[in-house]
Amino acid sequence: MSAISRRSANVVNQNKTLGQLIRRDKYLLLMFLPVLIYYLVFSYLPMVGIVMGFEDFRMGSGFEGLFTSKWVGLKWFSQFFSSVFAWRLIRNTFLLSFFSLIFGFPIPIIFAVAITQLRSQRFAKVAQVITYLPYFISTVVVVGMMTNFLSPSSGIINLLIEKAGGKRINFMSDPSWFRKLYVISGSWQTFGFNSIIFVAAIMGIDPSLYEAMEVDGASRWQRIVHLILPGIRETIILLLIMTLGNLLNVGFEKVYLMYSPAVYETGDVISTYVYRQGIENHKYGYASAVGLFYSAVGFAFVMTSNWLSRKATGSSLW
Amino acid sequence: MTVQVKKRPSNPHSFLASKPSDKLMDVVIWVLVIFAVIVTLYPFLYVVSVSISDGAAVARGDVILLPKGFSLDAFSMVTKNSQLWISYGNTFFYTIVGTLCNLVFTCLGAFPLSRSHFFLRRQLNFFVAFTMYFSGGLIPTYIVVTGIGLYNSRLAMILPVLVSAYNLMICRSAMSSVPQDLFENAALEGASDFYQMLHIAVPLIKPTLAVLALYYAVARYNDFFNAMLYLGDSNLQPLQIFLRRVLLQASNEVLQSAGGQAAAAAAENTLKIRYICIVLAAIPIFLITPFVQKYLVSGTMLGAVKG
Repeated sequence: MSAISRRSANVVNQNKTLGQLIRRDKYLLLMFLPVLIYYLVFSYLPMVGIVMGFEDFRMGSGFEGLFTSKWVGLKWFSQFFSSVFAWRLIRNTFLLSFFSLIFGFPIPIIFAVAITQLRSQRFAKVAQVITYLPYFISTVVVVGMMTNFLSPSSGIINLLIEKAGGKRINFMSDPSWFRKLYVISGSWQTFGFNSIIFVAAIMGIDPSLYEAMEVDGASRWQRIVHLILPGIRETIILLLIMTLGNLLNVGFEKVYLMYSPAVYETGDVISTYVYRQGIENHKYGYASAVGLFYSAVGFAFVMTSNWLSRKATGSSLW
Repeated sequence: MTVQVKKRPSNPHSFLASKPSDKLMDVVIWVLVIFAVIVTLYPFLYVVSVSISDGAAVARGDVILLPKGFSLDAFSMVTKNSQLWISYGNTFFYTIVGTLCNLVFTCLGAFPLSRSHFFLRRQLNFFVAFTMYFSGGLIPTYIVVTGIGLYNSRLAMILPVLVSAYNLMICRSAMSSVPQDLFENAALEGASDFYQMLHIAVPLIKPTLAVLALYYAVARYNDFFNAMLYLGDSNLQPLQIFLRRVLLQASNEVLQSAGGQAAAAAAENTLKIRYICIVLAAIPIFLITPFVQKYLVSGTMLGAVKG
């Protein structure tokens, strides 16, 4: 939207009283009403519910419990940070996202470059459709396939390891495998889909630049390094910043479906801990406090990434 | 005089390899892409192969890539399981009703935010965007959803995920890129805001809505989290919960429901049954996704459009 139309809209609105504005925009207000109620109930009311993190909240007390429960201040926070779990959970959450980023981020870019360099456009299209399909498969199915493929008794991977003369590995209950499996399966599921945006960026590079380089006798490799990668630099930076903003947003569902007490050492993350403490052990106040800490750190990450993006590209993500 | 016409490659972003190093690069690229395709496809091919192979061959570990023998016995065992069909039916209900509600309310929310003269546009924009960056967290949300009586209700799969803020922003961007004259002219002729949204904005952003419908439908189809939290009644549970029991919790409910004569073949069919369930769950996704492929690029690009 142009600045001019926005300014003129402000001018139009300036000469009117609130009553006139409401009367004029009554249908727009009416239209937005259900969405307003939705966000109030399912997003803002839970934000009010954060006070639970400072209370001794009991389930039976319902909504009123939010205002009548005993105030305990920072008790839950100090309990969490002095527990042996705090450091392990923060480390696991951070490392899981960090490795996902380090290994997961470059693959779609490499794949996008490769696919745009194929001369057969039909094969390029087929390869794209095939590789983005896993993105749409549910986490339950992906983890289900992984668990069954890796099963020590009947899994295909262990079958092949044994045929090659190796020893069967109990992948899913070995803490040293958890992060690798999480990162590899995540990359498998998303690399094709995540490459779409880079493919589009490469296609947006002016074809006449290629011809110029061809005339200059540049090799394919030179072309990739000196033309294509610089051409999609902005896209890479923008997406990197967006990914950084969500860095701590470890997929609860996937960890929850993958892990077991045997791999808590490397697999237990903040969100799964919150789930166990809150929903399974009914320690609502304590779990909300840990959850609030998690939300606050996540918020700080998003704000930082938004600030970085404004610096880097002049555009904000808001 | 002859004009030498140089044949341009079909893809303007690639050129004909002339140097030996380029030929090598060509090979590297082909290998890379083919490897990516194989890695993506192999798990699915293997799952399908196991599900139609002879049970004994599967149990012996003979199936590596292609099916060995042919047997659909296990398929009939799975399809005789009533819980599978209840779950399947529930999933379709949640997907169809959920996606429709998602689209309707996303459009209703996006249209006012796309009107430049709307006096609360900026405030409400912030009101929605803020929810993308901060949330009350799992426990307070759980207390709210169960507190308003949605536990063990079909609405628990629809209401808490009624509108995605991210998708609403995509929809709003698409609506504000519709030429404003169209709305102004319609307004001059007395068209209400509802009429403008339904007859001007919505038809003109159909490609965007197609992508949003895909995203929403896939999310509803795959929703496991809300079902796990809010649906304890197995008559309401969707397919993903059933899949988790069969694939991850080693539930042998399918074998049990298949009755006595099947129990004899139990051992060799356990794995087959799991993989058949994967096939049955993945079919709808594999059928639908390629059709919306052409919209996907524009849809993903829209996500990067700033607000």
